[in-house]
Amino acid sequence: MSPSFKIDGVTVPFEAGQSIMEAALAAKIYIPHLCHNPEFHPHGSCRLCCVTTDGRSVAACTTPALDGMEVANETHEITTQRRLLLKLLFVEGNHVCPACEKSGACQLQAVAYHCGMLAPEFVHFYPRRAVDASHPETIIDFNRCILCELCVRASREYDKKGVFSIGGRGIQAHLMINSPSGKLGDSRFSAADKAARVCPVGAILPKHRGYEVPIGKRLYDQESISRVGDVAAHQERDHDE
Amino acid sequence: MVEDKPKQTLQNMLNDRESDPTHLLQTLIEVQQAFRYIPHDAIDRLAESLGLGRAFILGVIEFYSFLHLEPRGEYDILLSDNATDQMQGSRLLAELLSRRLAVPIGGTRGDYRVSLGYTSCTGMGDQGPAALVNGRAVTRLSSERIDRMVSLIEQALPLDQWPSELFAVTAGVKRRDIILNSDYSAGAAIRHALEHGPEALLDLLEQSGLRGCGGAGFSTGKKWRFCAGAEAAEHYVVCNADEGEPGTFKDRYLLQAHADRLFEGMTLCAAVIGARRGFLYLRGEYRYLLEPLHKTLQQRREHNLLGRSILGRQGFDFDIEIHLGAGAYICGEESALIESLEGKRGIPRNRPPFPVIQGYRGMPTVVNNVETLANAAMIAQQGAAWFRSVGTAQSPGTKLLSISGDCERPGIYEFPFGTPIGEILAACQAHHTQAVQIGGAAGRLIPATEFGRTLAFEDLATGGSFMVFNQGRELLKAIDNFSRFFSHESCGFCTPCRVGTSMLVRQLGKVMVGHATTKDLDELATLGTLMRQTSHCGLGQTAANPILDGLEKFPGIFQARLRSTSFEPAFDLDASLQEARALTGRNDPGAHLEGGGV
Repeated sequence: MSPSFKIDGVTVPFEAGQSIMEAALAAKIYIPHLCHNPEFHPHGSCRLCCVTTDGRSVAACTTPALDGMEVANETHEITTQRRLLLKLLFVEGNHVCPACEKSGACQLQAVAYHCGMLAPEFVHFYPRRAVDASHPETIIDFNRCILCELCVRASREYDKKGVFSIGGRGIQAHLMINSPSGKLGDSRFSAADKAARVCPVGAILPKHRGYEVPIGKRLYDQESISRVGDVAAHQERDHDE
Repeated sequence: MVEDKPKQTLQNMLNDRESDPTHLLQTLIEVQQAFRYIPHDAIDRLAESLGLGRAFILGVIEFYSFLHLEPRGEYDILLSDNATDQMQGSRLLAELLSRRLAVPIGGTRGDYRVSLGYTSCTGMGDQGPAALVNGRAVTRLSSERIDRMVSLIEQALPLDQWPSELFAVTAGVKRRDIILNSDYSAGAAIRHALEHGPEALLDLLEQSGLRGCGGAGFSTGKKWRFCAGAEAAEHYVVCNADEGEPGTFKDRYLLQAHADRLFEGMTLCAAVIGARRGFLYLRGEYRYLLEPLHKTLQQRREHNLLGRSILGRQGFDFDIEIHLGAGAYICGEESALIESLEGKRGIPRNRPPFPVIQGYRGMPTVVNNVETLANAAMIAQQGAAWFRSVGTAQSPGTKLLSISGDCERPGIYEFPFGTPIGEILAACQAHHTQAVQIGGAAGRLIPATEFGRTLAFEDLATGGSFMVFNQGRELLKAIDNFSRFFSHESCGFCTPCRVGTSMLVRQLGKVMVGHATTKDLDELATLGTLMRQTSHCGLGQTAANPILDGLEKFPGIFQARLRSTSFEPAFDLDASLQEARALTGRNDPGAHLEGGGV
């Protein structure tokens, strides 16, 4: 018999070595997440995928599945916890959904709706962050960066360019670009890079294209993220077509 | 002006290193020491020679508090800013220094003679207030000592010509038990391991019940056994001497007075797990110990206790390198420490895999605290029964405590596990004690009603920090100090810790200035619980402890500062209008909101 475990009472089979997240994705069970993308090494930084097992809170993306384990995912308590984590992400950045090109196809926004976050609760930090528009094809709006490091991983592991890295510490942690000036335009970045298509939010956006898909017709306007999954996978599909 | 050292110096410094990216951090520390900052030139050259991205190197520099992209003054003064330093008047001394030297706190003087700032606890709680001057520890600061420092700085006298008593770090052992009362016999532990074999040594360690003295309390025997059992080309042993927990300084004492025991313990571990290389990761604040430690290593090589064919055993080759930290508390977490050893930002790794399976350079690695390794050596020498002769069944042996704060006899104390807190307070002559912070900022705040509890892994675990607060102290100030410490030291990797630590500081600030309501206290508790449950590593999981313990054990100190209204805005409405008033040139009553807009 192949090993299996339970997520909210539903039996999920898995293969040895799979994480809780990988097994859940294969079984089409949605565990909210932002920094996870099955194409890259698990990161475990956004903490949205934290589930409880054996009385402990663990990140589903970095915790191996074990035969017979019982995992709680979408309980009232965990959803409340996720809503709080999401609020923290909104507190530290400047996320103005109505003015964002990614609205409707933004994973942060979609997960927030999924978890029932409808209003801010805390005082926001309103950090001052500059926009980098130096690249001819791509713009980076650091105000929206959630430090998931997907672009860092994509550029390092897939594009083999290492265009992005992280600087600072604590609340000062920030995305950095590897170029003599620190600007994207001086880096080896190209709009054809994998790193251009993995951003779950509106931090890395193509230039010269706006509102091609009208608001109301975008990915998460049609269907909940729990059914259609990561925006990156759709960006990848659009790229291939 | 900063005098530019000849480019040759930099070139030599870089040439001394092989083109190995794991040398990045150590090279940056050297460059910082030589130039008082990391010149862009150095970053370019390092990027080229180590094959690393510029942004990656900048990311490493920005991560460590003691590395700078802007030149620091010739005298770079950092005052230790732990709660106990503050209780001893450190903030006033900082202001005095600032006035006398005409340098702002957190700034550098125009002539680049001096920089002044605060830093996290420097591990001198028993002889504070303390500071670092160009990385050298200065103790027992007083207004008289400040006067002397000011005059030395204005004379531009080089640091190595300063009177040595300014740098004196005393041992200050106030209580000894089985460990400190036993004499160390050089090579005895290693000989025991070589004679009886690794399996017997592992059995002995497990029988002794030795547990990790850094605070986590994992079985040392088991850790070594896991590592020894992991098949790999190399195994490593690492000593965690990044004693960063505020209020802890017992490892400083061991490194200063008993380095031989520690190195013996590392060599013993190497014999058991099959390591050829070991590392001592020494916190940057203990830089003054670097030279004596190197001397001890050299002596051990001369006595064939390190190097090739140790004690004549063919094939047993092992040596120890010392790596410096550079001002990052998180590097005390074992996997962050390994990242730092590899020259990178100290971000804790995901586990599994655990370091005993994949640690330094992906190879099985034992990371143990200084005290753990020193104890392991003594257990191999004295036997398991000797160690078990004191302590409790679950926590055998003794624990070294660093006692500071409100007591007449601060210092190093060795107590058997199982000792009640009240007995410890009596021994250090603490009077009218309001509370004890056990285990440092990440530890627990214990009120007087709980002084019957005991020092033990099964009750109150501690890495060694024991800070005493008497009834005259405002505990909220200490809680605020610890919360600020965590927001400064959070690595920024995971959401709850990165954002949560900063939110706690702001929210607590609202309480401190008397603007908070009951709702704000609920918010503090909610955030703290979230951090405890969902953070990536121990730092985030414990960062809210001071606030959560405060709310639970001392609710009165928060309640006393609350406003009676049910809701208070986070900002002062009237003050927010100041810019508009300035722009319109108005200051009449109509331009003000009555009572601050409430």
